[in-house]
This record gives sequence, C-alpha cells and structure tokens, in this order.
Amino acid sequence: MKRLQRIMTALCCLMLLATSVALADDGFSTSYTYTYDYWDDVQESPDAYRVVEMIDSTTLGLDSLGGKRLNRPQSLFVQGDDLYVCDTGNNRILQLRREGNSFSVSRIIDTVYDDKEDYDLADASYLQNKEYEKIVAEYNAANKDLLEIRAAQEAGFESTEFTSAISPLLTEAGIDIEATSAVEEFIAGLIEEKQQAVDEVSERMDAARQVAQEAADQAREAGCRIWQYELWTVGEDGNVSSPLNGPNDISVDEEGNIYVADTNSNRVIKMDKDCRLLLEFIKPLDATFDQSQAFLPRKIVTDVAGRVYALCQNINKGLVKYENDGTFSGFIGANTVSVSMAEYIWKRYFQTKEQRAQSASFVPTEYENIYIDKDGFIYATNIVYSEGDLLWDNAKPIRRLNSLGSDILIKNDRRPPIGDVQWVEGGPEATGPSRLVDITVMDDDLYVALDRIRGRLFGYDSQGVLLWAFGTRGNVEGAFTGAVSLEHMGRDLLVLDQFKNSITLFQTTEYGDTIYKATEAYLGGDYDRSADLWRDVLKMNANYPLAFRGIGRAVLRQNQYEDAMEWFKLAHDRENYGRAFKLYRKDWVEANVWWIILIVAAVLIIPLAVGRIRKMKWEVSEHERSKVRK
Amino acid sequence: MSVARSANKNAGPAKTESVGAEKRKAWWSRYGQSLKYGLYVITHPFDGFWDLVHEKRGTLAAAHTFLILFLLIRVMKLMLTSFQFITAPIQYINVFEEMGSLALPFLILCIANWAMTTLFDGKGRFRDIYMAMCYALVPYILIQLPMILVSNMLTFEEGSFYSVLLSFSVIWCVFLVFVGLMEVHDYGPGKTFIFLIVTVVGAAIIIFLMLVFFSLLSDAISYFVSMYREIVFRLN
Repeated sequence: MKRLQRIMTALCCLMLLATSVALADDGFSTSYTYTYDYWDDVQESPDAYRVVEMIDSTTLGLDSLGGKRLNRPQSLFVQGDDLYVCDTGNNRILQLRREGNSFSVSRIIDTVYDDKEDYDLADASYLQNKEYEKIVAEYNAANKDLLEIRAAQEAGFESTEFTSAISPLLTEAGIDIEATSAVEEFIAGLIEEKQQAVDEVSERMDAARQVAQEAADQAREAGCRIWQYELWTVGEDGNVSSPLNGPNDISVDEEGNIYVADTNSNRVIKMDKDCRLLLEFIKPLDATFDQSQAFLPRKIVTDVAGRVYALCQNINKGLVKYENDGTFSGFIGANTVSVSMAEYIWKRYFQTKEQRAQSASFVPTEYENIYIDKDGFIYATNIVYSEGDLLWDNAKPIRRLNSLGSDILIKNDRRPPIGDVQWVEGGPEATGPSRLVDITVMDDDLYVALDRIRGRLFGYDSQGVLLWAFGTRGNVEGAFTGAVSLEHMGRDLLVLDQFKNSITLFQTTEYGDTIYKATEAYLGGDYDRSADLWRDVLKMNANYPLAFRGIGRAVLRQNQYEDAMEWFKLAHDRENYGRAFKLYRKDWVEANVWWIILIVAAVLIIPLAVGRIRKMKWEVSEHERSKVRK
Repeated sequence: MSVARSANKNAGPAKTESVGAEKRKAWWSRYGQSLKYGLYVITHPFDGFWDLVHEKRGTLAAAHTFLILFLLIRVMKLMLTSFQFITAPIQYINVFEEMGSLALPFLILCIANWAMTTLFDGKGRFRDIYMAMCYALVPYILIQLPMILVSNMLTFEEGSFYSVLLSFSVIWCVFLVFVGLMEVHDYGPGKTFIFLIVTVVGAAIIIFLMLVFFSLLSDAISYFVSMYREIVFRLN
C-alpha cells in the first residue's frame, strides 16, 4: 500500500511538471534595449541608442509660422542634411535643416507650379482621357448587370439573388414565375442581350483607349507634363499651380528633384528644387491595371535612373513601376499567394458554395512600406500575415526585392528577421507579433525596422542577425504611440510618431557605436581590430552572440583553433565550429599519430597474442595428457 | 522435505554461509549470462526472444539493467553530445524529468500491451512483455553510447554518418519490439501489428484516465481543504 502511495505521488509530481511548463517570456522585455539569445529568450542589454532630441511643432516654431501645427504626419525622408516631413493632414511637406542636433524649418512645400503653355497643351489629351473614363464606367456597369443575372440564374429560382435581380424584370415583361420554360427562355434572352451590350461597350472602350493613348502620346511628344488637368488653376500672375492634397510620401534625388506621392489627387508629382513641375505620373491606362480602382499612391521610391516605384492602396499586383519619362512599365514584386494543402482540400471539398463565398479569397496582400537602398534594391515590409507563418519564414515581413521582384534578403540567423520572436497571442492592443511599418537601410546593408504595435526598433546586420531591439509604447521620450516612419542620417535614427506629431532623434551610445565599428571593421577585412572591438562590446554586454562569433572568426584566423572552438560554441555557430574543429582535429592527429598507432596496434595485437598463447598452452597440455593416456 | 530441513539444520553456520555465497555466485553468473544473452537476442531476434521467455534465458535483473542504461544514455546524449548535432537547452534540462518522460510511457505501453493481449489469447505474462521490451532496447544502448563519443570527433558537415547510425539504431529497436512481442505472445505478424496499434490506443486511454483521476483527486483534496478552512474560520 505504501509503495502504491509513493508511486502515485511520483506520478502526481510528473503530471504537475508536465502541466506547469510556465508561460515563457512574452517579448515584453523589462529593459528598454534587449536582444534575443539562441534559445529565443529575451536578454537585457545596454542601450544601443539614446534620445538626443524631440522635434515637434513647438520646437520647430510652427505655431508662429501660419499657426498650423503638425497634423498626422505620415512619412520622413532624408537627403543630406535635409529632413523632409510629409505633414499629410495639412497637405504640405516641411523641409527641415539639421544643424548640430537641432532642426529648423527651411521651406514649406504645399503647391506645385507650372507654366501656361503646358497647361494649354494638356487640355486636348485630358478631354480624351475623360471620355475614356466615362466609357470605362459604362462598361463596368454593364458587366456588373450581366454578372448579376448569371449569378441569379445559377443560384436558382428560390434564391435571394433571383428575386432581387430577375423577378422585377419578369413582372415587367408579364411572365408568370411559375411558367418555368417561359422564364428560362426569358433569362436566356436577357443574358444574350446583356452580353451584346457588354461586347458593344467593350469594343467602344478599346477604341476609346486607343484614342486616349494616342492623344496622351501626342501630348507627351509635344512636351506636355500635366495630366490631372482639373487639379490645376491659372493664377493672376499667369502662373499655373496645383496644391498638394494629402501627400503621403516624398523622395528627393541627388539633383534636388522632388517626388511626391500626392495620394488624394491620384498622382505622383516630380518637380525640380524650385517646385516647378517636371512630370505627373497618373493611373496607367494599361489593361493590366484594374481601371475600376482609384489610383492612390501611398509610398514611393525612386532609383538613380529616375524610375519611380509606387506602392498603391488596393493594388495587390505589386509596386507600380514608371520609367523616367513617366510611362508605366508594369508591376514588380507581387506578394505570392500561398495555399496549404489542407486549406485547399478544406475549401474545395468541404465548404458549401455560400461558405466559400464568405470566406476570404486567396489574394496577395499589398506591402506596407518600401525603401530603396544604395544598390537599387527595394526593401519592402509586409504586415498582413498569420502569426503561425512567421517563425518558419513563410510570412517574410521584410523582403529585399531584386529587379525581377523576387526576395533576396539574406537570412543566416536561426530565426528570420521578423521583429519580436516572442509575443502574446491575440487580445487587445500591444499583443501579437510585430507589425513592421517602415524600414531604413544603412550604407553597409544594416537595416532597421520599426514596429507599430509596441513602438520598437529592430536593427539587423546584412546577414539578418538581430543587433539590438529597443523601444516601447507610451508617451515618454523614446516611447511611441503611433510610430509610422523611420529614417536614418548616418547612424542616427529618426522616428516619426503620427499621434504625438513628433519626430524623435536617436544617437548611438558607446555600446551601439562599438557594435557598428566592429561590423564595419569586419566588412572592411580588418579582422583583428574587429575582434578587439567585439571584446569591447563584451565588456558592456557579456551576452552578445555576434561578439562571440566575431572574436571566434578573428581567433580562428590566428590559428588558435581551440580558442576559436570555444567562442563558436558560445555563439552556437555550428558551421564555424566545424571549421575550427576540423583544423584542430588535424593538428591533434598529427601531434599524436604515434600514440594512435600504438593504441590501435595494442588493441589489435594483444588479443591475437593472448589467443595464440592460450592455444599453445592448450596444445601443450593436450600433448601431455595424450602422453599420460598412452 | 523434513529430511532436507533437518539436514540443513545440522549443517551449522559455516555451511549456510557458503551456500549463500554459492547462491549469490550462481545468481551473478546467471545475471551475467542473461546480460550477454542480450547480444544474441538482437542478432537472432526470432530464436532469441522465444528462448528469452520460454527457455528462461533472460532475467528481470538484466531487463531492469537495460532499461536503466537506456534512460542514462538518453540523458547522457542530451548532456554530452557535441552541440553541433543536438539542440538541447542544457540550462533547462531536468535529468529526472527527462528520464521520467521516457520511463513512464515505456511502462504505460507495457501495461497497455499486457492489458490488451491478455484479452486476446496472448501467451505473454506482464513480466515477459516487460522483459522483451527491455531487451529490445539493447541496440539503442550499444549504438548511441559510442555515438556520443563519435559526435565529439565529427564536424557539422560530416553529420550524415552520425544521423544515419542514429536512425539505424532506432529502426532496429522498433523491429526488435515487433519481433519480441510476436514471439512472446505467439502471434502472427499481422496480429502483432494490429496489437501494436491497439497498444498505442490503450496507452492513450490509460493516460487519459490518469489525467482525469488526478484532476478529480486534486479537486477533491482542494474541496476538503477549503471545507476544513471554512470550519476553522467559523469556529474561531
């Protein structure tokens, strides 16, 4: 009985152990700056960045400048010492100049100017364009009718679609709904009629598009730059101008040309440094572009050749790409749609038609933000994905797109770059995985991503290894409530908060600076200096895997294999450990080769010898015995 | 019988001691033999398992030894294998938890198998089943122990050799379990296969019942505890 009792207690303990695996770290770090270790545990670390300046309407003196404070700013852009802020709610762009750590307003851009000749030129093509748009609307209406009737026919007489779409027509034509054959005949006729109407409009639409395209081409050849004709007005001085309307993003090239995503005016504007219009990029007439969608460019980037990539709201085919002369040249980098086998089988075989219609369809999602690095690769962030896809790298919240639009981001760490690795599932605010709303890439391919959910910044090196993470939600300095945009000036980081209407300037601490310097030294091939710098990092944070790895590499180059193995083991770096170990093993075998031979020989020879001796003894004794017997 | 007893009585203390020593010696030699027999079983499973129970070639002591060795080697593997080949968070490993999480399912599977096969004319007693299962662990012990050493002599790129041998040991064990149960119960292969599945289902049921039992037990205890507290509170 006592034994049984003891066993039961033991079992009880086991069960308790199994159920009480405590809720692990949830990513709510207690310290401001932290990293994740190999086991995905949060490790506190010294601050890599500290706040040096808060820029808001008051420090900029905006109250005295026309009295308009910042209102829902959406985007930052840095060119040299200039910081551009899209003050979207006020339909303007602020150009700030940095001196030391203070910023002052040097210019406010809220209107784009053009000359009268261009305005006159635009007229003809614009009218053609309007005509075409009208026909497109007509086509959409006709097509909708046809689809409705088809759907009603398919759904059957009893359905709601049928009563709403066909029943009124039947009563109008005086046909009794009970007379099945008559009704069917009527519907067939109706479909044919509608089909004809659609075909007819479609033909007209093609013709109109041709005309509009030709007119546009002619106007372009003549040097016309205005396409959104009705947004422009002639001023008293004969200058033609157009105000910005909800500018969401800005980009400035080396020559000072300014590109603005003028979202609510459905255009992207290219102007010179004096705000005179150079080009207007508008909704492509191309058939690949869904003409029923409004053209709402939200984010733009430009490359060195003057090509413009626009991220448009409600367009999920990828980024809209324009050549430098303003012609549309296709989409790049569409999100791929992935359907799991189980999902497909479930939808295809187990759902009713109604369920299928109600459940979300498999469409690619649009990106959240884009950034172009110095090599012309576009970094895109994505915030629409299911939580489960993150850790196994199916969601890819950060991508680096090449010119073909495929993702070439390097991911050499255990976890892909996804922001927080631990998080609380579901629930109200500040739960769930990070939603990376912006990204900025430094010159040596180090990139920093901004998490909207917890107001955190995540720095990664070019191999996708987390350098540091910091930030939190809140109203104090260095905390954010509505982080939307991130930019860098050298190593300094600027974060825009759309609810606090402020910009926070971060500068590296000694710790952050040493990490950067060590990375730079390594990339520059100065491995020994890099190792010394990593040792300095270790003095400030003894728990930093990258430092272990960095020192290991340098030590390995100095042929200290055993030390290198030790460092790589600390860094959990299997490949490099293997490399060091191979060399160490070779040395060891060479040094101890005689011992090895000796031991192998001993192992082989001693049993043989013992066997032989025993056999001889046995033979002798047998011999003796046989003698006795004789 | 009485003669033998009286003879024993007359033998005196010195003699009983020598008898005890002899017995102990015999036990040790039998134990050694049965340990060694493990090697024969894994190389000749059909013969080996039959003789193991029917010819009494195996001992429970040896079976226990194999099980304990298996658990020890499992833990040693987690602790000592080169980090290149195993991702074990050493700072979180609890040795007894690791061993328990292997031993408990092992015993539950034995119990489930015994419970099921008893109902369907399996010839094996619980003791036989347990012994067969333990003897089936021998390849794991023989291969994985040296592999711990080997893992510390290989690099990450050479890992295929290591992983092939590891999977080989596990496959061998599974095969031995299959043959062992077949011989112990005197079943055909088909029936053994079906009963392997049935055993797993049975084990699941046992675990479920245990969970229900313990949760009810803890509820009952907390009921009485709170009642006691209430009474004490009222009395004061």
